[in-house]
Amino acid sequence: MNKKKENNAVFWVFVTPVVFAFLLVVIVPFFLGVWYSFTTWTSSARAGAGTQFVGLTNYFKSFQDVAFSFSFLITFGYTLVNMVAINFVAFGLALLVTSKIKGRNLYRVGFFLPNLIGGLILGYIWQFIFNNAIPALGHTVPGLEGLAKPENLILATNTGALMALVIVGTWQYAGYIMMIYIAAIESVPMELHEAAQIDGAGAWSRMMKITVPMAAQAFTVTMFLTLVQSFKQFDVNVSLTAGGPSTMFVGKPILGTELIALNIYNTAFVSNNLAQGQARAVIFFVVLALVALIQVYLNKKKELEL
Amino acid sequence: MKLALKPGLLLVEVLAAGLFLLFLSPFFLVLINSAKTAFEVTNTPMSWPDNWGNLATNSVSIWTNTTIQYQSSFFSSFLITVLSLGALNLLSSQAAWALVRTKTKTSSFIFFMFVAAMVIPFQIVMFPLLSWFRAITVFTGLDLLRSYQGIVLAYLGFGVSLSIFMFHGFIKSIPLELEEAATIDGCRKHETFFRIIFPILKPIHATVLVLNGIWIWNDYLLPLLVLGKGNDIQTIPVAVSNFAGTFVKQWDLILTAILLAMIPVVVFFLFAQRFIVRGMVAGSIK
Repeated sequence: MNKKKENNAVFWVFVTPVVFAFLLVVIVPFFLGVWYSFTTWTSSARAGAGTQFVGLTNYFKSFQDVAFSFSFLITFGYTLVNMVAINFVAFGLALLVTSKIKGRNLYRVGFFLPNLIGGLILGYIWQFIFNNAIPALGHTVPGLEGLAKPENLILATNTGALMALVIVGTWQYAGYIMMIYIAAIESVPMELHEAAQIDGAGAWSRMMKITVPMAAQAFTVTMFLTLVQSFKQFDVNVSLTAGGPSTMFVGKPILGTELIALNIYNTAFVSNNLAQGQARAVIFFVVLALVALIQVYLNKKKELEL
Repeated sequence: MKLALKPGLLLVEVLAAGLFLLFLSPFFLVLINSAKTAFEVTNTPMSWPDNWGNLATNSVSIWTNTTIQYQSSFFSSFLITVLSLGALNLLSSQAAWALVRTKTKTSSFIFFMFVAAMVIPFQIVMFPLLSWFRAITVFTGLDLLRSYQGIVLAYLGFGVSLSIFMFHGFIKSIPLELEEAATIDGCRKHETFFRIIFPILKPIHATVLVLNGIWIWNDYLLPLLVLGKGNDIQTIPVAVSNFAGTFVKQWDLILTAILLAMIPVVVFFLFAQRFIVRGMVAGSIK
């Protein structure tokens, strides 16, 4: 009996601090947030005092705002292209650094390095590259004069700026995903490759028939990580494009590269509409959860087939 | 066989070296342009700097700049990261152990709650968190906004799900006999954790430290909201963003600020490289 009491006491002493912090920081604000999205909540109202319930108004207004629909659209596009680009580059790099080349350990470190620097700082570096360094190439290198023309600036067009976000996103994240692929590739037993080689399989068919299927589990993880990372992209968006340049969408001028996370932030703090920003955050959460669920389900199914 | 492979391998080596240089070239550009005057950065960003002495000049102006407040920002970032990591590692590991070794409905429910919450993105929590923190401050007098205790508490709350999940997975694989033997030898329950289990957790502590460390050090949105703008306490990313917003297009200074912000991270990484790489991979596979 005494023993049981002691165990119980230790359990609560050990668990209470994290549960307390968690309830305070995540759970309570989560439910408050869902509630606020149905009200006229403003930042001046202290924790919900004097706010009115307005049903789905904030949600309807969000969907009526073309900038919001556009943000969703480009976020989906960005996520898709970014996922493909990151995984393609990462897998290629992993194959490179698991081959027998000299200096492969140094290469691993180099490819991984951008991941250690925050997205905000990376965005500024690339803003400099796209706006200054690349045009300068046009001034000095003969044959590349086109790069120097202001209308050819990558960040000056809508599509160009979105592609720039993909380039930076890939550069930032490919090294990390590469590390996961390396672990997967190195866990494939050498005997499988040797046996296949004796049977006359070339490098390409060994990769497609042995390495890729054996790494199927890693693909589920990397797809999930890159999906969530791309969908939530905020830091690089702020520092690289800040949502610009402007563009037209169904006859209205809007920001051309405002991904969904930035749209939520701007709705709340720039347009000063906290309740609607909160409603958009709820929509964002539901969509992200659904998309991630579908992705994991599809990948798991594929995993079994391979 | 070997001879036939060689030209192919050479091609791969050239490709790898080229990609390596391409990957690092942005950092290299930051370095050479930090050693130029404003005029040179604008006109010849791709050329070798004429005078490396400019690097010192630029660094001094960043070091003493009152917008970026490099020294105090670095100190704040460091303090916040260390305190958050300490709290996360100690509190999550002991909680995870208690959750694994106690088989009750409450225990399973708490663990399930932590795991389920991993799908909650920061965006849905961030606005109410601010007003909720403000309300707590009004009721208790404890400052949670614009203060160290507030941001460390926030990182503890947001980091605890993944940390507990990872410790939980690791602790499950530790044989129970070890603890039973300790109990027979007269070890009290809490002593069992600190003397027997805690040392065994070293590899998973490393993973949790690395994953959370990279996140907390580089995080921008949370410190921007919880610490606010124009605060004496600001982290490096917030400071760099303030600086870039104030000194628009003054790339000689912005790039030097970026360089100074990156150096500590790169130096730390080169020292703890193996540890970090192993930690990141282990973390992702869990």
